[in-house]
Amino acid sequence: MTGNISFFLQLFLTGMVVGSIYALVALGFVLIYKSTSILNFAQGELLMFGAYVCLALTVELNIPFIWSFLLTLFFSFALGALLERTILRPMIGESIISVIMITIALSTVMRSLIQIVWGTETKVFPPTFSEEPIHFLGLFIAEIHLYSLSFALICVALFGLFFKFSSAGLAMRVTAFDQQIAHTMGINIKRIFALAWAISAIVSSIGGIILGNINGINNLLAHMGLKVFPCVILGGLDSIIGAIVGGFLIGILENLAGGYLDPILGGGVKDVAPYVFLVVMLMIKPYGLFGKVLIERL
Amino acid sequence: MTPILSVNNIQVVYKDVILVLKGMSLEVGEGKIVTILGNNGAGKTTTLKAISGILKSEDGEVTDGSIEFYGQRIDKKYPESIVRMGIFQVMEGRRVVEDMTVEENIMAGSHTQRNRKNKKKDMEMVYHYFPRLIERRKVMAGYISGGEQQMLVVGRALMSRPKLLLLDEPSMGLSPLLVAEIFNIIKTINNEKGISFLLVEQNARLALSIASHGYVMENGRIVLDDTVEKLMDNEDVKEFYLGLTEVGKKKSYRDVKHYKRRKRWLT
Repeated sequence: MTGNISFFLQLFLTGMVVGSIYALVALGFVLIYKSTSILNFAQGELLMFGAYVCLALTVELNIPFIWSFLLTLFFSFALGALLERTILRPMIGESIISVIMITIALSTVMRSLIQIVWGTETKVFPPTFSEEPIHFLGLFIAEIHLYSLSFALICVALFGLFFKFSSAGLAMRVTAFDQQIAHTMGINIKRIFALAWAISAIVSSIGGIILGNINGINNLLAHMGLKVFPCVILGGLDSIIGAIVGGFLIGILENLAGGYLDPILGGGVKDVAPYVFLVVMLMIKPYGLFGKVLIERL
Repeated sequence: MTPILSVNNIQVVYKDVILVLKGMSLEVGEGKIVTILGNNGAGKTTTLKAISGILKSEDGEVTDGSIEFYGQRIDKKYPESIVRMGIFQVMEGRRVVEDMTVEENIMAGSHTQRNRKNKKKDMEMVYHYFPRLIERRKVMAGYISGGEQQMLVVGRALMSRPKLLLLDEPSMGLSPLLVAEIFNIIKTINNEKGISFLLVEQNARLALSIASHGYVMENGRIVLDDTVEKLMDNEDVKEFYLGLTEVGKKKSYRDVKHYKRRKRWLT
């Protein structure tokens, strides 16, 4: 009996950890979609960029992990703003399909550039966190998992505060709701777009760094960009809370599916489960759990 | 007295071809309420958008003439700098941010302000003028009543510490009682804060009741402008905007051959 429950809890916990990373990346994705209505197919590459830069700073330049981490955030911010300014801003007013094609091209180019610079073999971060698992209510949890979970939660909370109380955060929400209202309030919309990309790049690279510390880095990291779709569709494309909840749910779901169905179906379920779920979700609730519900007064 | 805003003979073109304003001029004096009357499609809203700079986001452009605010040209400036200079447009149709709470909406209005203490003070001022909003502060703005939404958008505008507020149809779709309440508050704000208003209204009687000067617009230009007292006396304004022929006397059914009577300003 206890064996069953602890197996379930173990899967659940791992799911939470993975889900927290999904939540971060999904948050970045939704941020861009919400304020600029661009579906960013290069989200996974932003994550990869963060992971590789942090690794390079730590390993090649021998900067202590915490500093290279902060530096990476800075670089990501710059990259996000730069991409918006040089590649996406000229596309304002173009049809949605062309903008989406641009982000797909961007993803390919970024991935190739990263491979040219850092190669294709898997690299690992120097062990920063202890390998010794921590005992917790009869469950085992790796230290890095604990860190990643709490870190992701802190990020999510910080962004919650940012959107609720800061002037820039409120401005981003206004812009996302209606650009013309934003204009009348004196909000500089182009700056908001750049900010959305910059913040999105930052959260993605945080996700990348955490993942890199868990699994090592290779170009498969970019697949995380695809994993984001089930999360945001589940949560609702235009909802920040939805992205976070969706991230956690998909993470947990994927792990439970893997744990329980893999032995029966012979493996691979974990990777497929989110997409199966995506299809089901699109059929029964296409706007997601928290998708925009138009408020209508009678 | 020199006006704070002067629009000099501007021409506005949408999408490079559609001529909307053809030589529009007006002035707003410091601390005054000025109103623009006119039919649908006369170009009232476009005039406001030209002043606030919003026109540029709609592919419109001031192609001729100039707009000056405190002596500075603003017709080439973008809305973000025009708001900073003290002009705030409250758009038609109660454009609240529906998925933000009332308080967040008000707070967002202070985007151009930096000082947190001032923001707090300004917010209290907004609640002072619109006490109805206090109990609704935590409610999503999409769920509050139409009158409350109108109060919210005017209150939100005050947060930017404007010198001139451009109000577009604040009475639209509201009950007469609410409209009276809102117009009273506007008058009070005008008196106490010295904020000038440029008011666009379909409800001419109402607009003339609080304004000191009025412009009548038709087909993209001003056809008549005068003090409110004189406008109220003008036969044409009475006939076409106030719905009276001679004061107090209702029109007989036979005279309703409206189309036969030409407006005197059309030559």
